[in-house]
Amino acid sequence: MAHDVMTRVPAPAPADAGARSPRRRKGGHWTAWAFLAPVVVYLVAFYAYPLYRNLDLSLRHYTVRSFVQGDAPFSGLDNYRTVFADPAFGPALLHTLVFTFVSIAFQFAIGLALAVFFAQNFRLSATLRALFLVPWLLPLIVSASTWTWMLNSDSGIVNAALELIHVDPVNWLTSPDWALTSVIIANIWIGIPFNLVVLYSGLQAIPADVYEAAAIDGATGWQRFWRITFPLLRPVSAITLLLGLVYTLKVFDIIWIMTKGGPADASTTFATWSYRLSFGNLLPEFGPGAAVGNLLILMALFFGLLYIRFQRRQSS
Amino acid sequence: MIKQHAKTALGLFFTAVMLFPVYWMINVSLTKDTDMRADPPHLFPVDGTLEGYRAVIEQQMPYLGTSLIVGLGTVALTLVLSAPAGFACAKLRPKGGGALSFVLLIAQMIPGIIMAMGFYAIYLRMGVLNTVPGLILADSTIAVPFGVLIFTAFMSGIPDELINAALIDGAGRWRTFASVILPMSRNAIVTVSLFAFLWAWSDFVFASTLDGGGDAQPITLGIYQYIGNNNQQWNAIMATAVVASIPATLLLIIAQRYVAAGVTAGAVKD
Repeated sequence: MAHDVMTRVPAPAPADAGARSPRRRKGGHWTAWAFLAPVVVYLVAFYAYPLYRNLDLSLRHYTVRSFVQGDAPFSGLDNYRTVFADPAFGPALLHTLVFTFVSIAFQFAIGLALAVFFAQNFRLSATLRALFLVPWLLPLIVSASTWTWMLNSDSGIVNAALELIHVDPVNWLTSPDWALTSVIIANIWIGIPFNLVVLYSGLQAIPADVYEAAAIDGATGWQRFWRITFPLLRPVSAITLLLGLVYTLKVFDIIWIMTKGGPADASTTFATWSYRLSFGNLLPEFGPGAAVGNLLILMALFFGLLYIRFQRRQSS
Repeated sequence: MIKQHAKTALGLFFTAVMLFPVYWMINVSLTKDTDMRADPPHLFPVDGTLEGYRAVIEQQMPYLGTSLIVGLGTVALTLVLSAPAGFACAKLRPKGGGALSFVLLIAQMIPGIIMAMGFYAIYLRMGVLNTVPGLILADSTIAVPFGVLIFTAFMSGIPDELINAALIDGAGRWRTFASVILPMSRNAIVTVSLFAFLWAWSDFVFASTLDGGGDAQPITLGIYQYIGNNNQQWNAIMATAVVASIPATLLLIIAQRYVAAGVTAGAVKD
């Protein structure tokens, strides 16, 4: 039951549905807001206010002293100018985009292939599909530290496996050429379950008689996938991809734990850069850190609004 | 028939590949220090050791305790805030409810690292940095928007007739909510609790920014400090990781269908 109700969650309640409860009494409006009041207060105090503080941080020139005392002078867009002019800006932007799009591409392709495979309902398929959720449920620090050890240059299992097939060992986490690839690999692994589960539920919604008709017409498995599954799955795919974009943009834990954005900024994204500016140095630069964070919000909101628009069009 | 078996075999193979890192974590947690840098690495923990787990019991128990408290606190706060709100959005449908759902969707998309910075600035001034209640409050921001959306969706599926019947019987809206709607929403309550707990238990961003110097630190920081200290005792690190994975594993075993429902609801962790 929960499953059916929830597949459509992100669509907001339709505004005209008040007609369905004709017995709404006078004053019901206020009762409703009484139920909502705690959450509204909460959102203002613990979402809006921190975000406002963050915006304020990005528009002032803070030092450690003025951060505590709160008398930092207003400096307009200086922090943003500093960030744009920083030689780290270009690489960080590039890494953010590469990390996000490469992760998404692989997560989606592998997730879709597995979803189609598991949709065939063989023995044990439900159990195995459940086991695929494990990487997604593990705390990120657990996954990240496990991958750190697996990718260790000298004693990692990955290099040991490469040695077996006579490939030279790779300095996965300590070479600037490989660090970004390494964190992308770990991130793909973590993201596959989400793609698998959402796409699988999308597949379940495709009526079986479409496939039966295609089978009667003599369509091959390959044709069935490209002519039926893929087009009919397009709405679910778009939603999966957009949500994936929003959530991959803000990935921080994995990169920070595995490489701290290094070596030499080789795996620095906006998320880790922003954290390092604010918390990673002895002398924190809260202003520029907040500025980078706000740029990241803008990127996330761009894809987020695209997602909501798409979701609404789907449900109407 | 043979084709079915082949598919099962292939499925087992895929699952084995996917779960290899999990196996490796367990394997390393049981490996002796002296075998840690063996070349090639030992694939099975033959002649293994429980030293790593001894280290967990000796050093990590306080961290695990803190994580448990933070997790349970986050669950309680999330439920108290989101269940009534879900009821209002689903059944009372006030003007502006649609706008609220929209705000909640947007809220879910804000990177945790940015929330952490804002919280840090506020907490520093208020003096609640490095406290457990401060961490619970911050962790709940991950789960509250999700909770409201789940409760709204679920409670929309409860027939209006039930509510109207309760109202005719003279129950107020609060009574209706508490004694009719809530007991029927068990599935939603379980789903929201599971995810709120799991997210709080797994949180690293808020813990490292808001509780980095606290006396009571969660297990994610326990592991992080292990790694950060250039500790070469990887069996202890991986043993802690195994222990930290227990809640996720338990949840998957006892509440798998809720988990799948939550994922499909567009729930994604940071």
